[in-house]
Amino acid sequence: MHLQLKLATTKKLVFVLALWPLVSIGLQAYFDQLGANPVELIERHFGKWTLIFLCLTLAMTPLRKLTHNGQWVLYRRMLGLFVFFYSTVHLLCYVGIDYQFAWQDMKDDILKHRYVLVGFLAWLLLIPLALTSTKKMIARLRTKWKKLHRLVYVIAILGLLHFFWLIKKDMTQPLIFTGVIVVLLALRIDSSAFKAKKST
Amino acid sequence: MLILNKPMGTDIPSSQITPEAIYQERRLFFKSLGIAAGSMAFLAATARQSLAGMTALPDFMRANNHLSDALTPFKHITSYNNYYEFGTSKSDPAEYAHTLKTDPWSITIEGEVAKPITLSLDDILKLAPLEERIYRLRCVEGWSMVVPWVGIPLSALLKKANPNGNAKYVELISVQRPSEMVGQRSNILDWPYNEGLRLDEAMHPLTIMAVGLYGKVLPNQNGAPIRLVVPWKYGFKSAKAIVKIKLTEKMPVTSWMKANSNEYGFYANVNPEVDHPRWSQATERGIGDGFLSKRRKTEMFNGYAKEVESLYRGMDLRRYF
Repeated sequence: MHLQLKLATTKKLVFVLALWPLVSIGLQAYFDQLGANPVELIERHFGKWTLIFLCLTLAMTPLRKLTHNGQWVLYRRMLGLFVFFYSTVHLLCYVGIDYQFAWQDMKDDILKHRYVLVGFLAWLLLIPLALTSTKKMIARLRTKWKKLHRLVYVIAILGLLHFFWLIKKDMTQPLIFTGVIVVLLALRIDSSAFKAKKST
Repeated sequence: MLILNKPMGTDIPSSQITPEAIYQERRLFFKSLGIAAGSMAFLAATARQSLAGMTALPDFMRANNHLSDALTPFKHITSYNNYYEFGTSKSDPAEYAHTLKTDPWSITIEGEVAKPITLSLDDILKLAPLEERIYRLRCVEGWSMVVPWVGIPLSALLKKANPNGNAKYVELISVQRPSEMVGQRSNILDWPYNEGLRLDEAMHPLTIMAVGLYGKVLPNQNGAPIRLVVPWKYGFKSAKAIVKIKLTEKMPVTSWMKANSNEYGFYANVNPEVDHPRWSQATERGIGDGFLSKRRKTEMFNGYAKEVESLYRGMDLRRYF
């Protein structure tokens, strides 16, 4: 009972903390700190936070293995849903603020520019993951659920490409995200390879 | 004719900045004077800065070209810059450009010329009367600003060195001082930054060397003490802090061409019909337009088609992008 209460509290805390990107951009807007190109700043803000939450989501499984503590995985779904949430806000900024619902211009932009295209594809692939995140769907899909949710690796690659192809010259930031994601994925592979070795 | 070499970094007291409203009002005043005199030439009457303590530029002729849009606020023009010599973030130049020493300064003109020459900044300012030019600056990244530059035509400099019959191109080379330009300590581009124009583009009356902005000495982050401005080309063509001009027979290879020749061509004329692989060039966002404003349609040659299209008659602008 006590433990459950604690879990519920920490979950709430994580949820509130995860709203920070909304608060911080709100504060920047309130104090007139959005700069010369506020549209670009807001778009990139939510794009970056989408990638940060993607990294956090991908960190839960390796953390469970490293710390031998199953609790980490309890936050994975919430963090994953925040990836979907912030990517949707990012997309809505593009649709509503940047392009002001000029559908034809957006269609041209998506089809002509590969960085826009891969970003859009990544968002499309997030939809089935968000829809199947309920307990009911997990129970119903069972082994298929696990396979379906491996899409997150494809999404991570598309998300990184989206960032790389946007940048003109200085690749520092996308390289940092790539480094983090590579480490997080390597931690999984290593431990499973280690296990396989041990069992032979 | 002396530019006071007061550092114009981010630390300019706000009292020294002409508020845009007053600036626009003054322009309107001169405009009405011009109309009253029945001659737009009167507009060119020299205007002196009237605010006390604002000893910036020598007298200059006020602009008589007008764009329909309002000027982009000074704070945006001086805080949102692509100037990789000081870092790749838009806010880096405003933060780090004050470290560049712009005094003394000179430009050497060499190559295919009758008399190679080195001109100090003071010499350059004596070559032609300073003029204000209000130009739209269109960045290849899909945004634009309306900037009141003060400068002299590049042609005045080139004529001083007297280009010979072999001169077909003009290469403009920016300063290289890693100790004063923090971004040059990494090899993000092939330093020094260089750009190039065809000789006829360089001699075109719209092409200027700017030394001022908003009626004041050009701030460091905008390319002080002297920079190129070619209004019908994407912003990266307009090299900053220029120290050398080379007239050549062969087309120079520019820093951005070396970095990525598929994306950055030699001509780089603003053209809504030729897309950049990354950014649509059909529309642009006006800096300072605020966040609920629509993108504006990009104009052929950035709105200067009437003046410059004859330079490119018969050329395939898709191929020579």
